[in-house]
Parts: sequence; C-alpha cells; structure tokens
Amino acid sequence: MKKLGKIYLILVLLFLYVPIFVLIVFSFNETKSRSVFSGFTLDWYKRLFHNRIIISSLVNTIIIAVLASVISTVLGTLASIGIYHMKKVPKAIVMNITNMPIINPEIVTGVSLMLLFVFFSARMNLEFGFTTLLIAHITFDVPYVILNVMPKFAQMNPHIFEAAQDLGCSPVKAFRKVILPEIMPGVISGFLMSFTYSLDDFVISYFTSGSTSQTLPITIYSMTRRKVSPEINALSTLIFIAVVIILIVKNAVETRTARKNNSGGGE
Amino acid sequence: MKLKYFSAPYLVWMAVFIAVPLLMIVYFAFTTDDGKLTMKYISDVGQYANIFVRSIWLSLIATAVCLVIAYPVAFILSRMDKHKQGTMLMIVMLPMWMNFLLRTYAWMTLLGNNGIINHIFNMLGFESVKLINTSGAVVLGMVYNYLPFMILPLYSVMEKIDKSLLEASADLGCSSFSSLVRVIIPLSMPGITSGITMVFVPAISTFIISRMLGGGSNLLIGDLIEMQFLGNAYNPHLGASISLVLMVIILVIMTVMNQFDPEEQVLM
Repeated sequence: MKKLGKIYLILVLLFLYVPIFVLIVFSFNETKSRSVFSGFTLDWYKRLFHNRIIISSLVNTIIIAVLASVISTVLGTLASIGIYHMKKVPKAIVMNITNMPIINPEIVTGVSLMLLFVFFSARMNLEFGFTTLLIAHITFDVPYVILNVMPKFAQMNPHIFEAAQDLGCSPVKAFRKVILPEIMPGVISGFLMSFTYSLDDFVISYFTSGSTSQTLPITIYSMTRRKVSPEINALSTLIFIAVVIILIVKNAVETRTARKNNSGGGE
Repeated sequence: MKLKYFSAPYLVWMAVFIAVPLLMIVYFAFTTDDGKLTMKYISDVGQYANIFVRSIWLSLIATAVCLVIAYPVAFILSRMDKHKQGTMLMIVMLPMWMNFLLRTYAWMTLLGNNGIINHIFNMLGFESVKLINTSGAVVLGMVYNYLPFMILPLYSVMEKIDKSLLEASADLGCSSFSSLVRVIIPLSMPGITSGITMVFVPAISTFIISRMLGGGSNLLIGDLIEMQFLGNAYNPHLGASISLVLMVIILVIMTVMNQFDPEEQVLM
C-alpha cells in the first residue's frame, strides 16, 4: 500500500515537472526545433540579455510590485486596525466588499477597473499606463494584506492598547510598542503575498496597462503570440532557478527560526 | 483618537476602486451608449449560450479530474512523517511559482503538431495525432495549472485529521474503503468544497488557456469578455453583460458549495 502511494506521488510529480524540464532542456537547443535536440548553445540566453523589451518590462514589473506591495501593506494594515474596531454591521459590509477582488474572477476585476479608467481618461487627464497599472495592483493587493492582518487582531488582547496609554504612552507610541509587534507576522505575510501576486499578475495588468507600460507577464504573452522563440525557454529556465533559490532560502530561514524558538524557550 | 478612523484612507480607496467599478459593470450591462435603460445586451448574451455551456462543461471536467488526482496526493502527503511533509509540499507547490503563461506555453510546445509528443509517436511508428487546438488540450491545461489549488486546501484539512481516528475505525471493523467513505471524506469536506471553488472559478473564467491550447475553435466565456473589451468586437456593454452573467453563475456555484460545507467557509 505504501509503495503504491509512493509510485502515485512520483507519477503526479512527473506530470507537474516534465513540461518544465522539457522547456529548460530546449532552452539550450541550437535550432528552434521543439522536438529534436540538435546541439548545445547558450545563444538564447545571450539574446535574452540583449532584448531591451524584456529587460525594461522586468524592471517595470519589479518597480510596480515593490510600490504596490509597500503601499498596500500600509493601507491594509491601517484599514485592519480600523475595521477591527468597527461595529458589527459596517464591519460586515466592508469585509464583504474587500473580499470581492478575491472571490471574483480576475477577468471581472480587470474589466471593471478598465471601465473605470476609460471613464476617467475621457474626463480627466488620466492615460493608461504606469499609474493605472499601479492603482490596479494596489486594489487587488490590499485585500490580501487585510486577510493576513485581521486574524492577528482577533488573537490580540483588546485592552493592551488602552493599558499602554494608561501607563503614559502616546497613542502613536502605544501603537508602535504594543499593537505593531503583535500584528507583525500578519503584516509581513500580507506584504510577501501581495508582492508575489503583483510580480505574477497577468490578467488584471492586461486590461489596465495600455500600450506604454508593460509588465513581464504581458511581454511573455505577446512573445507566445508571435513566432516561437527559444528565448522564452531561456527566460523560463532563469525564472525557475530564481524560484528554486528563493524557496530554498525561505525554507532554511523558517527551519532556523523554528529551531531557535524551540531551543531558546520561545517568547 | 478613535481607532476606527485608521481605515478611512482604505475605505475611500475601496469605494472608488472596488465598489464603483463593479457598479459600473452593472450600469454598462443595462444601458446603451446614451445612458438609456435597456435589456438588449443582457438578452444578447443568450446568443452565446453554446460558449457558456462549453465553458461550464470543460471547467467542470477539469475540476473533477483535479479532485480525483489531488485527493490521494493530499492524503499521502498528510500521512507522511511531519518533517518530510513540509519539503514534499514545497516540491508539489513549486511549479505554481512559475508564471502560468510559461506553464501553459510549456504544454503548447509539448502538444504542438511538431512537438515532442508527436515526435515520439512518429519514432514509434504511429501517425501524428492532433493534440493541440482541441478541447482536450484546454482541459489538460486547466488541470495542469490549477491542480495545486486543489491539493493545498485538501492537504490542510487532512493534515488535521487525527491518526487515531483512522485506527479507531479500523479497530471497530471498518475496511479501509469504508474508513475512507465514513471518516476521511466527511472530515475533509471543507477542503473538498474550497478546492472545487479554487479550481472552478479560475477555470471557467480563463481566456489564456483556451487561446494558447484551444486554438480559435474552443472559445470560452473569458475569450468572449476579452474580445468585447480589447478585441475588434469592442462593445463594453455586451462585455459587461457577459461579465455580470459570469458573476451570477459563480455566485450560484459558491452558494451550492456552501450547502455542503458545515462551516460555511468556502474561501481558503
């Protein structure tokens, strides 16, 4: 029985990984063939690094992801504090609207924002591009921050903020010294989640970017629409390597902190 | 200072960029260009009934396949040694971190007429088979892209199922099959329902997978919406109507799923 389980797991892993490995192997292929490996070359990587469109859209993606996730983390953390202290009915309304971008299909969120931006661009001086892209990213990022931070408030003692003020802290200091450390794990995971969603997003960016400001996923999409080029394979390989490194580092950091907490007696 | 005012900036943001855009979809769906009320566009959606049926059908198949593949994976993972579980879960989830365009592109090259699968067929002496631009390819793309969305919620419920419950049911005379039906499946119900929603919603609304793997002949709801907003058929009123119908379909499905879920928590 156990053996059968192992074989099954291996089969599923093959299904998940074989396509990616084929992609990686053919990034070193001399010709453009997708089925015959004719010889080893690094040409596609060289071409990739000289491809201005790819480099500039990569830079653009990173700028937008950093800005969007930082702004959403601030906005979302403040929002969570406020929402937690709201009365029941307004709280329920706000949470339901906040969940909309998470529940709705991405295409609906993208299209709805596009309608809004079209409306604004006709009446004000708003053009599709960096600004609309950034607004769209913040909009779908903030709900994830709130989703991560809110549960931390539920775990927190509601009176410690008042207690800190009774003991002479200013509200700002009380926030910094008492609330922030309690909710910090949620804030960090919310930030990381919104950063990765921003890096990876295609659908919403596709509807809100216009033609001037492109992100890497949009560039990849237009590359797959045109002629087949092993440059995409090379790009996939680099992204795959980056992902593996990041996940290994993340795993190492997590096990290290877990060990530290165990041996150091925790809090 | 009252703490609830901290949320003021976000409330403005939420109103302008979440609530208003959704209301605009409703507004566009029921009005003409001059702002007159009309039911024309909503009733026009009926012309695309075949596309709706195809989308629902293909994404239901993909969701079912995902459930069948993912259920044993999640179970096996949840019964592994604790320290192995984390690593295995990471290995299973790792492909998810690649952009889904690249993952779909990978299948495009595998299934293509000159792709590696047909090449292997030819080497074995078989004729080439048309693999890409079929509805099967679209379902395959959906399963490949969304399988981890099914594994993750299933695993997180199964991991909490106490090992002693399974031992108890075995002691009380259950075969492993009836243990599965009477203990594991009922206890993993919340994972099943959230897995189904997490696969079905992106699958029914995709336009990339159908475009890259389905050719022009397998249009889905997502393609239809995209064409009304960015394609040659530019018609935001019709596009908004289709989006509205899509939202209603998803709402119905989620309400149905909630009926099966004792805790009524479909999301994550």
